[in-house]
Amino acid sequence: MPDAEVVRLEDWADRHRGAEDTPAAREALARFLRRRLEGDYPVDEFGFDVELTEQVFLPLLRPLVRSWFRVELRGAENLPTTGPALLVSNHAGALPLDGMVLHSVVFDEIGRHPRMLGADLIFSTPFSADLARKTGTTLACPEDAERLLRAGELVSVFPEGFKGLGKRFADRYKLQRFGRGGFVSTAVRASVPIIPVSIVGSEEIYPLLGRLPTLARAFGWPYFPLTPTFPWLGPLGMVPLPSKWVIEVGEAIATDELPPGAADDPMVVFDVTDQVRETIQQTLYTLLMQRRGTFF
Amino acid sequence: MTRKVLVTGASRALAARFARSLAADPEFEVIGVDLIPPRDDLGLASFVRADIRSPAVGRVVEARGVDTVVHMAVTSAPAGAVGRQSSEVAKEINVIGTLQLLAACQRVPSVRKLVVQSSVSVYGASPRDPASFTEDDSARVSPRTGFGKDTIEIESYVRGFARRRPDVVVTTLRLAALMGATVDSRIARYLALPVVPRVLGFDARLQFLHPDDAVGALEHAVREDVPGTFNVAAPDVVTLGQALRRMGRPTVGVPRGSASSVASLFRGWRGADFSADQIDALTYGRVMDTSRFAAAGFVPTRSSADALAEFVAASRPGLLSAERVEGAVGAVTRFARGVEERAGRA
Repeated sequence: MPDAEVVRLEDWADRHRGAEDTPAAREALARFLRRRLEGDYPVDEFGFDVELTEQVFLPLLRPLVRSWFRVELRGAENLPTTGPALLVSNHAGALPLDGMVLHSVVFDEIGRHPRMLGADLIFSTPFSADLARKTGTTLACPEDAERLLRAGELVSVFPEGFKGLGKRFADRYKLQRFGRGGFVSTAVRASVPIIPVSIVGSEEIYPLLGRLPTLARAFGWPYFPLTPTFPWLGPLGMVPLPSKWVIEVGEAIATDELPPGAADDPMVVFDVTDQVRETIQQTLYTLLMQRRGTFF
Repeated sequence: MTRKVLVTGASRALAARFARSLAADPEFEVIGVDLIPPRDDLGLASFVRADIRSPAVGRVVEARGVDTVVHMAVTSAPAGAVGRQSSEVAKEINVIGTLQLLAACQRVPSVRKLVVQSSVSVYGASPRDPASFTEDDSARVSPRTGFGKDTIEIESYVRGFARRRPDVVVTTLRLAALMGATVDSRIARYLALPVVPRVLGFDARLQFLHPDDAVGALEHAVREDVPGTFNVAAPDVVTLGQALRRMGRPTVGVPRGSASSVASLFRGWRGADFSADQIDALTYGRVMDTSRFAAAGFVPTRSSADALAEFVAASRPGLLSAERVEGAVGAVTRFARGVEERAGRA
């Protein structure tokens, strides 16, 4: 596995070194810039700008994913190459970096964009709204999730939401409540498999020592984080710690064998929600047992 | 037997276009009604000057034996009024006008069909909106003022009418923003400003409707029986940023908090005056799901991108127009090549 990782990283570096030299690549770059300046690129109804995501966002993210967090992907064979599916993952780290990292890793592995579901705060915050929509995120509401799944997309969701992001360092890797299980009823209704994803490493990038409710209220944020570096070092305090990440994709939990009407049966929804949550929690514990240290 | 169609608001560009188009078919006799005489040619359609807020309209409907009423006297920008006055005049025309017109129609047995022009404004705009509204969705954050609130009231009157006259086929069409070569709408004037102020950090998703398709949709509702409420728009999406780049307009970012005061500075100037609801729509974006009307047999012929391209071609080129970008990119490429050649020689 580590070998494969290295090869891919070099491939990527080669491609980038090569891009500087050939006239064809330069021509392509000029064409790209022209298209961007003239607004001549497609955007889907969710505001997803595939070109910007693949040509700018993901390449900028790759060094962070590959070199800083040294993400290792396990269980890649469980990622579906076709058809709709719902990726469900743990969520932590003050800023939703884990979503972006997951996007990068999944795209590099199977060439599909996981379409993230985000909280409404993302869409009411300047710049974050813009970035989120352009990179394929949409509002976490049943309508949007169903629309994406109907269109055969791979959708990713972080049911812990802000409770996950705002976890204290002491509570790391302890899954919070999985919302109200809305993501399960959506998956069941659409008869798509739920794929549990466990991310280790993300919960140490911003060790959250405390929260300041008063400042959070003043800024309209769900929490105001206090980390060893933030806000003391200012913007520098926003540099994430270089923890070593492992992302394990679990086996799909099928929902198409459930009886009709299961989506509206709260007991079924709670059961499946618990099953997904337990799977992720157990995988997290196993991964934590296996790892040598936080930073290697 | 010819059908008799009454079109309200016939002095307005879209209604005039629709009246002219429908009247060209000998099967229809079209009567346009408005307060002010039409500026545009109504073709074979006749015109009656009447106020829909008065019983006179009822008399026209009855005397002519009208069977189809197409209500298009719905406006976000009444002529010659600005600011607060504008929204009050608009409300008078929109809400009171609809109330009176429907009251008149209810008493005339010859009326078999009612087609109402509504708007995407009923959905409001907020960060809590789903990516795409279906007809069954309602606004997540209800429009508090202006046109959005008016359209919601108009639609509720129309639903009331449909309950009281179940024998009448009632079709409500929620039209997207019109866009095309001859369109003179708020969004069109806004995009055509030499330097465009826009809310910083947001790129609204926009959806357009070409006037030809708007006319086509109205005609479809008149010719066929398609009871219900339908979203009418081109299915594709153009973002505000894209639209401005295609227009070649430089932009100035405005923080969201001060957007409405900036908008008020533009009040009266080139008519690019925006209410709070419209600023929200240009911040968070708003898209309609058009599959229901497609299933009812109508698909627009032009995409949002096509409609915008037509408008771009008809407007004055902006500071950053495609030709200029082309020139600049060419200059940079030539410069780079020159540097390289010199480096190669050295």
